[in-house]
Amino acid sequence: MKIGKVVTDAAPASRNRSKLINEKGFFSRLTDRTSESRGKLLIYGSALLMIVAVTAITLFLTIQGLRSFVVDRLNFWTFITGTEWFPDRAKNPSFGAFPFIFGSMAVTFLAALIATPIAIGTALFMAEIAKKWGAKIMQPVIEILVGIPSVVYGLIGLSIVVPFMRQHFGGTGFNLITGAIVVGIMILPTVASIAADSIRAVPDSLRQASYAIGATKWQTIWRVVIPAAGSSLLTAIILGMSRAFGEALAVQMVIGNVGKIPSSILDPSATLTTIITLSMGHTTTGSLLNDALWSLGLILLLISYVFIVIIRFIGKKGEKR
Amino acid sequence: MNSKITNRIALSVIIVCAAAMAAILISMLGYILVRGVSSISWHFLTTSASPFLAGGGIKDQLWNSFYVLIITMILTVPIGVCGGIYLAEYAKPGRLTSFIRTCVEVLASLPSIVVGMFGMLVFVNYFGFKYSVFSGALALTVFNLPVIVRVTEDGFNALSLHQKEGGLALGLTHWHTIKTILLPAAFPSILTGVILSAGRVFGESAALLFTAGLSTPDLDFGNWNPSAPNSPLNLFRSAETLSVHIWSVNTGGIMPDVQTIANGSAAVLVIFVLLFNLCARMLGKVINQKFSGK
Repeated sequence: MKIGKVVTDAAPASRNRSKLINEKGFFSRLTDRTSESRGKLLIYGSALLMIVAVTAITLFLTIQGLRSFVVDRLNFWTFITGTEWFPDRAKNPSFGAFPFIFGSMAVTFLAALIATPIAIGTALFMAEIAKKWGAKIMQPVIEILVGIPSVVYGLIGLSIVVPFMRQHFGGTGFNLITGAIVVGIMILPTVASIAADSIRAVPDSLRQASYAIGATKWQTIWRVVIPAAGSSLLTAIILGMSRAFGEALAVQMVIGNVGKIPSSILDPSATLTTIITLSMGHTTTGSLLNDALWSLGLILLLISYVFIVIIRFIGKKGEKR
Repeated sequence: MNSKITNRIALSVIIVCAAAMAAILISMLGYILVRGVSSISWHFLTTSASPFLAGGGIKDQLWNSFYVLIITMILTVPIGVCGGIYLAEYAKPGRLTSFIRTCVEVLASLPSIVVGMFGMLVFVNYFGFKYSVFSGALALTVFNLPVIVRVTEDGFNALSLHQKEGGLALGLTHWHTIKTILLPAAFPSILTGVILSAGRVFGESAALLFTAGLSTPDLDFGNWNPSAPNSPLNLFRSAETLSVHIWSVNTGGIMPDVQTIANGSAAVLVIFVLLFNLCARMLGKVINQKFSGK
């Protein structure tokens, strides 16, 4: 598309128009249906709106999220590291967000652990083993799985995974690993489709060189294709993790919602998103609990930004190579 | 010899992974449809939900889902398409462009619950739209914009350069070229993307929880005056959508037939999402055939 840009800039139409437009008044410039100014106003306005949206989200959530520290004078450090979340205690309520931060992290990593092998395997199948019919079958499968709403994943978890866990591992069945399984399945298609794209982007000459020296298909995949696709495969996994991290309702339905640090993966737990989902609706604006929840939201936003920065960083590194 | 055996094993493992993926899809769809379709009936689709008694339907929720979807699309598509045109046609390499690109990326990867919280803060409380269809649609607009922007940008970038050069050579302004030549040519691919994103919006729940609310007033489907509080068309009434309904029924529902309602609603939701998906696919195929002349 670079050529396109050059052509546009050099095109006589866009040079001469400025003279033409200057002859017209400001008003007719905006009402003339073919006028460049009117189009530009629309286009630049929309593009600017994107910036406005991101700035507004960041700004509003930051201001509201800092309220509990500035107005209510909660200690930031004890908020982050405290392990006791008892907002309703009449005497001396305590706000320790660490169990939720820990829960979110644990669900995210476990989900990635569950999803990665299957997703990468599927991607290799589509892009390396059965390039034609494999992709023809798996592409729609992935697209449909991506499209299934997250509540439906939650419902499936509630009616299949939870009873299964209850039967085989005891307890209520609502626990950390159930949440991770549900989210893991949810991020499978996302990871698989990006991974498949990155494997397809590996130039064929590398594969041919590998086959030419007598490598088997697997050796080619393991020693040549995967290292060559390396950083974009990592991007796929991290994108999946960021999706797992932000998922709210599906996790909330199966994780058990207990605001304590789980001692094993079979303990009920809670995440940042689940506590917000559960409590936000019941609190009044301006109350201490409400402010604390907004602070949790701010943490959620900040960690999402961290994911974005990591993905950008990996992308840049991959480009340089 | 050894490497051949490893090869065999590794390749079979890969095939098993792909089979597992396909099995997950088939079993999920099978489960939802088999369990759910039996509870779908004309009665289920055309009765209002009942808070305590068995036998409630999903009429209002289904209507709300579509209404929110339509309002969202009316808001998103023009802005998203214009934003995409900016990135594909007007953006000059530089700080501003890369910043806008970053913004689109950030919007696309924000958790939907964060978007919902933002919507609650700004649209529901600050602008005072309350829990309403409009607040929900605005939140979903934030959520859906980056998708439309990307679809449009891709659609424009896929066009051949000749079309643009032809327009410019005729002395048209850049904007006029875009409007009359490029946009119609890119329209099919944009439409495909829009339909796909409609499926995503239709199933979204976390962003709507705090913006469209968890309840619906008693809707009177005979009253189509948009300003009446119980009119289905009223933009400023709370509106529980189908996917939010599935969640709320499962977490706090006290009617005796929670399972049936949840399964039936999930089946309806999945069927509509599949329909959106199918539409987009068929459209893509038809257009592809038309353009490649086969």
